[in-house]
Amino acid sequence: MQRNPGFLLSLIVIVAVFSAAFAYPSGFGAKNLPWRLGLDLVGGSHLVYQVDLSNIASGDRDSVLNGLRDVIERRVNLFGVSEPQVYIGKSGEQSELIVELAGIKDIGQAIQQIGTTPLLDFREVEGTGTSTQFIQTNLTGRYITGAQLTFDPTTNAPQVSITFNDEGGKIFEELTAANIGKPVAIFLDGQPIEIPTVQEKISGGKAQITGRFTVDTARLLVERFNAGALPAPVTLIDQQTISPSLGINFLNKIIIAGLIGTLLVILFMLIYYRRLGIFAGAALFIYIALTLGVFKLIGVTMTLAGLAGFILTIGMAVDANILVFERIKEELKKGLSRAAAVHEGFRHAWPSIRDSNTSTIITAVILYFFATSFVQGFALTLLIGVAVSLFSAITTTRLLLEVFVEKKNEITHA
Amino acid sequence: MLNIIGKRKIYLGVAGLLVGIGILAVAFFGFRQGIDFTGGTLWQFKLSPEVTMEQVQSTFQTDLKIEDARITYDAKSQTFFVRTPNLGEAEHQSFATALKTKYGAFEEQSFQSIGPSVGADLKQKSILALIFVLVGISLYIAFAFRKVYQPVSSWKYGFVTLFTLFHDVAIPAGLLAILGHFGTIEIDTNFIVALLVVMGFSVHDTIVVFDRIRENLLLSRMKKSFGEIVNESVNQTLARSINTSLTLILVLLALLFAGPANLHYFILTLLVGVTTGIYSSIFVASPLLYIWQKSSSR
Repeated sequence: MQRNPGFLLSLIVIVAVFSAAFAYPSGFGAKNLPWRLGLDLVGGSHLVYQVDLSNIASGDRDSVLNGLRDVIERRVNLFGVSEPQVYIGKSGEQSELIVELAGIKDIGQAIQQIGTTPLLDFREVEGTGTSTQFIQTNLTGRYITGAQLTFDPTTNAPQVSITFNDEGGKIFEELTAANIGKPVAIFLDGQPIEIPTVQEKISGGKAQITGRFTVDTARLLVERFNAGALPAPVTLIDQQTISPSLGINFLNKIIIAGLIGTLLVILFMLIYYRRLGIFAGAALFIYIALTLGVFKLIGVTMTLAGLAGFILTIGMAVDANILVFERIKEELKKGLSRAAAVHEGFRHAWPSIRDSNTSTIITAVILYFFATSFVQGFALTLLIGVAVSLFSAITTTRLLLEVFVEKKNEITHA
Repeated sequence: MLNIIGKRKIYLGVAGLLVGIGILAVAFFGFRQGIDFTGGTLWQFKLSPEVTMEQVQSTFQTDLKIEDARITYDAKSQTFFVRTPNLGEAEHQSFATALKTKYGAFEEQSFQSIGPSVGADLKQKSILALIFVLVGISLYIAFAFRKVYQPVSSWKYGFVTLFTLFHDVAIPAGLLAILGHFGTIEIDTNFIVALLVVMGFSVHDTIVVFDRIRENLLLSRMKKSFGEIVNESVNQTLARSINTSLTLILVLLALLFAGPANLHYFILTLLVGVTTGIYSSIFVASPLLYIWQKSSSR
């Protein structure tokens, strides 16, 4: 089959235009698949919790970690953050839980809710009528060893059954014994959720809370209690919070820097390589359009570092063109025809283009495995960028030259 | 035509001197380490325009009892940058409240706090990554040039690459050590990333020169001496060695002057590394290959 450079080139241009429209923030891709921007660009918090697994048998660690992640994920969902991310990370021997919250207003409160177990306490009630006073007792959530969702046998209303440890059970027994016939208030996070009247002394360390729960809120509470009962405490070891206004500022600046950089590169190519520079510029635009399309298609989260990595590849993508153009010049000096010079130029430049890009790919891969999530964004865009640039520099530039230089040559020869 | 092989002693001497200074600077000054290595807090916030740096300094020292808070102020964006030992979330909140009560308009821009345990692990990883990239690229070069037989065996290309890569990271590393000693520049993860990228990139030009040496050896081994062939190869590829790096330098300059401030030192490290990379691929790699070839063929 005859290779048809004109057809292939048109195909690439069409794909590139399509890709550009897809990648353009307010283009047709915006509704179906918006750009995923990192926390450093939209503002938000990146929290790393260290999980202390020293008291947990090694066989149970994975399940404890997964349970912990699920609970924290549900707690985070309470804030109504869009697409919160909670995932387990490893840092050497240490297990970590990473929480990412985008664009949250009161990060202090969020952190408090993630890291602490729900604050439950029992209070004695004094006085009647209008002047009710609640008196704090020793009985708090820290004596709880577990919680369960149960249903009231008669009304079928959801309840939270909690189990105290021995010490808590004793306090509960004393508390109920002292308040028979009187109300005792149960407070959750400082709010009274139920004020039942004690019927009798309760031993055995079990209690039911029958607030006005829905099944969901009762389940949530159970989970929060169980999280508190998890024998794996978490500590916040790393926090990075960026305000949305700073994020936007970063985004704007790096886009402008990228545009300036691209224009400088194209200007340089035009000044130094004259007509050939036009092809390099065209190939560079196609490269940018294709790469952005790929980023968006595979759902790369664009961070500041990621964008920086991509912009660097813009400076590297034309390198293949430079190598080819220099070689073409040499071949022309040797007296080859234009078409032959283009052909030879690509053939000779290819090994060094391949080898140099491979070395960058090696770097990007090592970076990706070395790194924290911020560096990974950089490594990923660098890797994709170099891979796409291998294609665009060779295929696109070659087709451009074949169509616009060799063809013309044939005509003049004919 | 540049006589690079003839004047190799001068060129290699300059490179050796700079690398030596770099190594000594790192050895004696060490690096001023950023919070991702040592743990600590970086806090960035805006206050009303009339608040001065001295006021904030004294607030941190006397009211908040943080003796070693280092505060810088960017008047253009009216932003304070405060670097303190690791602050917990409770302290963060109470300090924020304190600043708010004292100065009114308080707007947090960013808050980053890292525990000390993270840093040790990161340091180890960084060193490993540097070694992996150094060795990985060198091995790849030795592999890529495996089809060149005489007079230079391919592992020599690999080893020479290792030396040039070392050259390209030792100089920016030394510079940052000096800047950290006499100034306040800290190295962080970005610095390591920049060094890795410099290695991955600066080898491009070295590959181009080696590729040309390989080609010219095949073409004219019988007619010319090894030294002549190497010298010719470097000169033939001179324009592309410079131009390929120059395009990246243009992009880096755009990022340095128009890009966000927090990438400043990352970009600066890359700039220094890429620039030394031009030098090493022209004036270090080929002379080294020549000298090694000479001494082993004797």
